[in-house]
Amino acid sequence: MASVFSPPGFDFSNQLRNNFIAEKGLPLPKATSTGTTIVGCLFEDGIVLGADTRATEGPIVADKNCEKIHYITESIRCCGAGTAADTEFTTALISSNMELHGLSTGRKPRVVTAMTMLKQMLFRYQGHVGAALVLGGVDATGPHLFTIHPHGSTDKLPYVTMGSGSLAAMAVFECGWKPNMTRAAALQLVKDAIAAGIFNDLGSGSNIDACIITAAHTEMLRNVEMPNVRVQKERQYGFRRGTTAWKTENVRSLVVSEEITLIGGDEMDTT
Amino acid sequence: MERIDFQQLKAGEVNLGTSIMAVQFSNGVVIGADSRTTTGSYIANRVTDKLTHVHDRVYCCRSGSAADTQAVADIVHYNLQLYSQSAGSPPTVHTAASLFQKICYENKDGLSAGIIVAGWDKEIGPSVYNIPLGGGLFRQPWAIGGSGSTYVYGYCDATYQEGWGRDETVNFVKNTLSLAMSRDGSSGGVIRMCVITEAGVERLFIPGNELPKFWQGTEVLSALKSKALDPQVVPMAVE
Repeated sequence: MASVFSPPGFDFSNQLRNNFIAEKGLPLPKATSTGTTIVGCLFEDGIVLGADTRATEGPIVADKNCEKIHYITESIRCCGAGTAADTEFTTALISSNMELHGLSTGRKPRVVTAMTMLKQMLFRYQGHVGAALVLGGVDATGPHLFTIHPHGSTDKLPYVTMGSGSLAAMAVFECGWKPNMTRAAALQLVKDAIAAGIFNDLGSGSNIDACIITAAHTEMLRNVEMPNVRVQKERQYGFRRGTTAWKTENVRSLVVSEEITLIGGDEMDTT
Repeated sequence: MERIDFQQLKAGEVNLGTSIMAVQFSNGVVIGADSRTTTGSYIANRVTDKLTHVHDRVYCCRSGSAADTQAVADIVHYNLQLYSQSAGSPPTVHTAASLFQKICYENKDGLSAGIIVAGWDKEIGPSVYNIPLGGGLFRQPWAIGGSGSTYVYGYCDATYQEGWGRDETVNFVKNTLSLAMSRDGSSGGVIRMCVITEAGVERLFIPGNELPKFWQGTEVLSALKSKALDPQVVPMAVE
């Protein structure tokens, strides 16, 4: 019998039940995870974000060209890794709250505001919302770049990577990043970092998305690079007509012929 | 309903496997920390700032779970702002430390946070408070914390003396952290320090390649070999 006292906070009794059922041999349905490479990089007048476009369900590629750079506000964007549904819905929720916050304050909301909202929500859920995020944007106080881990911890750095391909991407950043890079150099570095994830990490693949955010303008570069386009097959693998021999031939008419007999009443006037 | 073991629920959490320290001296405190944040064997951040501002003259050093300690420090920061606005004067270090303790003790089952609170106030001048894992509150002349601290308790006991000035204290913190970082795999990177006095907060930064050096080890095997070898023996000629 459950005690009358219920402690504050969330009720985890269903998790106990689910663990018990899973132990008995009925596992929970698997969530689509974005085994991912996402990156962000500071440059002379803004932020470049980057992401691959592969979504996986265990060993299966669930989506070959998904979008992982989510909209928060016009000048703040967020890359998501981890559980696809969680990244999708947390960013959508925070985006909505940021819009309302902007409306109620009459100011353009700041990147730290989005960061604080996200970290407080993820901390409240104690890691059960599996969203690993790279948050970047430009506001009145300048360009800002953060990583947010699923448990709600945040880091502020000039270049960041997350997801299963983060090690490959970080290796590229550690070699190539310099302070005050130009827009073109920063974009190329981000593309190289994502490419490193795509080619060296099994969880990442397909195309490169990028997003350049400056004080004046935000440019979303969907599929800036497509290094894995399916090419025309070198040969035709169809068989020549008449390759297969046969012993008998039987042609059946599949068209059903009907004869309609009208019973009573006049025939409908179809003129 | 049964209790859930929260430690078990937090697999893969970001950890501050850490070396942190705070020492009081005649007219202020020196706090210091390494800069490593890890997720398992991966360094998630090599230039972390674990010295967190909670009020003008009160800082905390964070160790344990990054998410937990950031959340606790944010709550304390918020409450101290409210406090100073309604009281009309800055809080004492003891007030800040008590707030930390309250949160750490009341949520001891759900948090993994080892925090050192240090700063300067009008009532008692410089002070250092240690709040270890269970949520205790202890005032100490010096405090060390985090996984790296276990390696340097002996060094601190042997070295610390009362009546030091600023520079001696800064050197003590720098040397202690350097020793801890060299022995603890979960600590490393750079040393960040803060000197908090009535006048203000001064930040100090020691890059990873300028850490104080101690005994680095000698190659015992090669030394032995070179002694045993007869100098007359020459390598066999190869055609």
